[in-house]
Amino acid sequence: MERTDGVYSAEESHGSLRSYTMGYLCSIVLTIIPIALVFGDWLQGTAKAVALMLLGALQLVVQLFFFMHLKDEKKPHYNLISLILGLVILVVIVAGSMWIMLYNMVAT
Amino acid sequence: MEGDDFMNSSSLKAEQMHHPGSGHGHPDPEEMRTFGFWIYLMTDIMIFGTFFATYIVLRHNTDGGPGPADLFDLNGAIVSTFLLLTSSYTCGIAVLALNKGKKRALIGWLALTAALGAIFIGLEINEFCHMVHEGATMSRSAFLSAFYTLVGTHGLHVTVGLVWMIALMAQLSAKGITPVTKRKVNVISLFWHFLDVVWIFVFTVVYLMGVK
Repeated sequence: MERTDGVYSAEESHGSLRSYTMGYLCSIVLTIIPIALVFGDWLQGTAKAVALMLLGALQLVVQLFFFMHLKDEKKPHYNLISLILGLVILVVIVAGSMWIMLYNMVAT
Repeated sequence: MEGDDFMNSSSLKAEQMHHPGSGHGHPDPEEMRTFGFWIYLMTDIMIFGTFFATYIVLRHNTDGGPGPADLFDLNGAIVSTFLLLTSSYTCGIAVLALNKGKKRALIGWLALTAALGAIFIGLEINEFCHMVHEGATMSRSAFLSAFYTLVGTHGLHVTVGLVWMIALMAQLSAKGITPVTKRKVNVISLFWHFLDVVWIFVFTVVYLMGVK
């Protein structure tokens, strides 16, 4: 039952051991940096929050490119378009809630 | 998908007639199902987005009860993070084995992925039990309600992924690598990487930013 015909493997061999290992190493580095930031007390307050979120976003990019093969997608980029829609809604929900509830309260 | 037909039209179509169903031009249903799953993941982003927003807004409302700094064990969260990152990597290697048609290796790497996921869930349950014993239950404060909802929903996703992965391993050993099981492995790997990404943000927002 196993199909290993050349047509399939040539077209769908997403990624390689090399790219997965690269992605894994990148994500480990991107995890160690924020941990070091917190334990080392290098940044405070907003700067720390922004740095941590940026590192998280980079981690997301690493996962998308090395593990989820977003850049291998053929045209038209439906996956990318729906991802952008999802992220826009995400940012609106999170940033909007924070803005209204944390910085814009009328009654305190 | 459909666009491919427009792009490389005539030569491919001729070839398809010679090999019907060879999947060469592939506007094939399995690929559409994978895309459908991707759409589901995008809706999952919105669920987690609302839970993250709720948590961020409510995290200081501890009602005199324990706060993030009193409750969280950062070392445990760091171990969990590396477990999940590693399982994401082993899941990727499973997909490589799939593409090479190596069934035994594929099942082995999936089993390792599931084992790492199971340890992750075990640690999480242990953490929750520990917190409840200290009186930090879900109904104690708005902060804790938001915390258990966010982290618990992620844990629930991982648990569902585990059950699904075990079922898929059984199906793979029974049926081997077919276009259908191939799609299922690809879909579960997307799911697993997605959960890894969500956990990275849970780790950052809840644990790293919670422990001052």
